[in-house]
Amino acid sequence: MILAGRAHKFSDDVNTDYIISGKYKFKTLDMKELAKHVMEDLDPDFYRKVAPGDFIVAGANFGCGSSREQAPLAIKHANVAAVLAKSFARIFYRNAINTGLPVLECDTDGIEPGDELTVDPAAGVITNRTKGTVIPAKPLPPVMIKILNDGGLAAHFRKYGGFNFD
Amino acid sequence: MPMTITEKILAAHAGRDEVSPGELINVKVDLALGNDITAPVAIKEFGRTGVAEVFDRERVALVPDHFVPNKDIKSAEQAKLLRDFARRQGLTNYFEVGRMGIEHCLLPEQGLVGPGDLVIGADSHTCTYGALGAFSTGVGSTDLAAAMALGETWLKVPETLKFVYHGALPAWVGGKDLILYTIGQTGVDGALYMAMEFTGPAVASLSMDGRLTMANMAVEAGAKNGIVPPDEITRRYVEGRAKRPYQFYASDPGARYARVYEFDVSKLEPQVAFPHLPSNVRPVSEAGRVEIQQAVIGSCTNGRMEDLRLAAKVLQGKKVHPDVRLIVIPGTQEIYRTALKEGLVEIFLDAGAAVSTPTCGPCLGGYMGILAAGERCIATTNRNFVGRMGHPQSEVYLSNPAVAAASAILGRIAGPQEVC
Repeated sequence: MILAGRAHKFSDDVNTDYIISGKYKFKTLDMKELAKHVMEDLDPDFYRKVAPGDFIVAGANFGCGSSREQAPLAIKHANVAAVLAKSFARIFYRNAINTGLPVLECDTDGIEPGDELTVDPAAGVITNRTKGTVIPAKPLPPVMIKILNDGGLAAHFRKYGGFNFD
Repeated sequence: MPMTITEKILAAHAGRDEVSPGELINVKVDLALGNDITAPVAIKEFGRTGVAEVFDRERVALVPDHFVPNKDIKSAEQAKLLRDFARRQGLTNYFEVGRMGIEHCLLPEQGLVGPGDLVIGADSHTCTYGALGAFSTGVGSTDLAAAMALGETWLKVPETLKFVYHGALPAWVGGKDLILYTIGQTGVDGALYMAMEFTGPAVASLSMDGRLTMANMAVEAGAKNGIVPPDEITRRYVEGRAKRPYQFYASDPGARYARVYEFDVSKLEPQVAFPHLPSNVRPVSEAGRVEIQQAVIGSCTNGRMEDLRLAAKVLQGKKVHPDVRLIVIPGTQEIYRTALKEGLVEIFLDAGAAVSTPTCGPCLGGYMGILAAGERCIATTNRNFVGRMGHPQSEVYLSNPAVAAASAILGRIAGPQEVC
């Protein structure tokens, strides 16, 4: 799985209420509808600006706050290919993998808004084609790659009847 | 190899002699928890796993607490999903309105979680049960679905940060102040992916209610779990209450810590977290003049007996400021009943407070105390993010129950020594 798209940049401590505001989250489980409001409080035009396959690039502690899965699901349904951040809040990280959204930890300082990136989640390699740099990321453990490739944890379960760590 | 208490509990549940930080392990779950926001998604995902029945109908707890009594049609339908699933699966731990409580107040009180347990819950404040010497952590709905199906989950063994609190706690200073001060020191991601082990004489002197408050907010420092070594206070709390056998674990001498923090708390003041991060703390004496329109005493952080007793001690014979709404929310029906018997509810009513049935309600901006633009609230809750309790231009300040009560009387943020 190799992903390619442009970077949309955000700062540290982007909490789950910024990703998808509570006022929408409690109203609907329709992800297509929720996706229209992703990151709205930080960038009201985000949904219109993001092209399928683009990346959210952020600082430290991305996704802190609540345990609700609407946060990664809304990002995924906004057609964002992956989130790159210096670090993730751990529940968001799990939820992203479990719902099939690739997340990679790396140094994001050298990425600017609009940079063209290529991302290989399994190898943990990010190429900034605009700047001509290669950024190493923490490679995802094989079990997470497997869950992602299966399309999330529920699909992984249906396939193997449980966790497949081998 | 010497291990921490967290590593020992994880090893025991992975069927291993030892585990090391960074390892991915598969563990058995003693209890899996969901609420009326997260369980509906989990029930849907459970359906997609292809598994027909939950792994153990006594080890899945469903607690509708965020929007019950149902606040609107949508929340009524979500709560109904839980009720129907609980009936269909024959779950023994489903808690209906009138017999329920805020999940993290209810499960310890009912003896459904105990020392040495491994608990996961689809709610970020599931880390609360670490106060009992359990490993417990928040997950998402899909993780909950998998745990309901198999009774297992995967975890990365966390590194541990050790916190040692020296000295005797001053008056009006408790678990909430210790954890707010700690988050102020570490920042909101200072314990990211890690375990926080709370030790030292000041923690050993805390009641179980105070410890539950501390462990509850470990997630606000980014932690996977918070844990207090079980002791005699733990034993007294769980005896006659625990519904399952429990086991005390202790960190070995020589266990490895990523970092050790040592704090002298003998002169600590009550702490207040200013908007908009729980790490933005200062002592109450340095709050300056901050007028408030609302005060909330309750939540999974501070809705227990000790919290209500503290608030009542401050409010006794006093009146809530004319410009302030004080909302008191006992954490469970049992806490409510005890508060009635002890005369605390009468003290609250005499002071001019509203007393509610247990609910998470205002803490997450759900209902029962939403703020308008420009309004400020002092709350004993756990998060003060932008718009957390209502309008994006409202503000939430976090404190202990005595500070919230004193502030409700004076109409501005104040320490209890100003009114007592």
